[in-house]
Amino acid sequence: MVQSLNRLKENASQTAGPYVHIGLTPNFCEIGGVYPEDLGTKMVNDKTKGERITVIGRVLDGTGTPLKDALVEIWQADADGLYNSPAETRGTADPNFTGWGRSPGNMDSGEFVFETIKPGRVPFNDGRLMAPHITFWIVARGINLGLNTRMYFGDEEKANAEDPILARVEHKVRVPTLIAPREGNAYRFDIHLQGEKETIFFDT
Amino acid sequence: MSDGTNSNKAPETGAFFPRDREWHPKAYTPWYKTSVLRSPQKALLSFDNTLSEITGPVFGHNMIGELDNDLLVNFAKPGETAIGPRIVVYGRVLDERGRPVPNVLVEFWQANAGGRYRHKKEGYVAALDPNFGGCGRAITAEDGSYSFRTVQPGPYPWPNGVNDWRPAHIHFSIFGHGFAQRLITQMYFEGDPMIWQCPIVKTINDPEAIRGLTAALDMQATIPMDARAYKFDIVLRGRRSTMFENRMEGN
Repeated sequence: MVQSLNRLKENASQTAGPYVHIGLTPNFCEIGGVYPEDLGTKMVNDKTKGERITVIGRVLDGTGTPLKDALVEIWQADADGLYNSPAETRGTADPNFTGWGRSPGNMDSGEFVFETIKPGRVPFNDGRLMAPHITFWIVARGINLGLNTRMYFGDEEKANAEDPILARVEHKVRVPTLIAPREGNAYRFDIHLQGEKETIFFDT
Repeated sequence: MSDGTNSNKAPETGAFFPRDREWHPKAYTPWYKTSVLRSPQKALLSFDNTLSEITGPVFGHNMIGELDNDLLVNFAKPGETAIGPRIVVYGRVLDERGRPVPNVLVEFWQANAGGRYRHKKEGYVAALDPNFGGCGRAITAEDGSYSFRTVQPGPYPWPNGVNDWRPAHIHFSIFGHGFAQRLITQMYFEGDPMIWQCPIVKTINDPEAIRGLTAALDMQATIPMDARAYKFDIVLRGRRSTMFENRMEGN
């Protein structure tokens, strides 16, 4: 016998279920008066630095049907590539930018919308710069463990071409599933849970 | 959003331990029918955490309202309370190293004592409780502790098999210090015979992992003549120490 490592196991995940919005966006599903507002609905204010953009998308199942009971959260750096987090040791992020957003999606179309800014570049662990990106976390009924992925920007071809994470994708034909095309000031990012266009999900 | 820490200690910046994906439920669990068309089928892209996963949002204690962790009254008319068995749920948020995870947001939601959710798409015949909304939240203290007061939710039938029922449960959403620790799970109640029949519980393979989601009745923590208590600790991913890891040039 040897000594115990004294480690605990992470709690096993369980699906967020069909009523995740009761817990995380109660005002959205008509449970008013408990919280003044739903968290994560406002990422920017008048003083936020950086280029204003809109991120729009849907989460689609294996038949191409958009989910209407999903919840999407995003996490991103500010315009200078700094995260508004205590674990950010390279500097102080823009105090007028939260970096975090949460959307229940539109009740009828399932479409999520984030009003945010285009993030700056963040260094990879070896010091090379990653391309600008937004981290996504998706939960819903039928998803047993929250899904992680990233959205990259369609108008950042050069940065995308040298991104260390995109470079790790073996089947290059799948890289476009992580890249959102630009339409005016908006980027469209549809997340496909299955099928030919299945989004690359991360284990990180 | 603000730096919710009261400590002078430098925040930890190590990468998180990889997730044990044999311990967590698999994506494709056909006995839970909704997972069939919502489960990714291709291999995940694995890589060590970068700054994008090591960092995460922090919520200040001042964000929390006085009644946010009291589901008995946070939706009730003045002077009234929700109907059902009164309970206190308490515990600590820890990481896999056994260390407390302070200053993190814990959100919870549940059905009422009859097993009915307050939601448009909910069709169960059990009655709504006009004094019960079903949501609450708390931020962990320096020792990782949290608590809330509520009613014990009822079991309810759901459209999956012909006669499938969910055991009584409370949903939990937990932030850690890094976005990679983000977790949603469910809490079950000690002694509930419905736990082991549930298709959603059965998405987890290891009975030990299911026990880890089952709150213990704690008669020592009850409030006499008022409420029973259940203890539910939550464990998030641990993180590596950075003491011998290579640092970037010039850092």
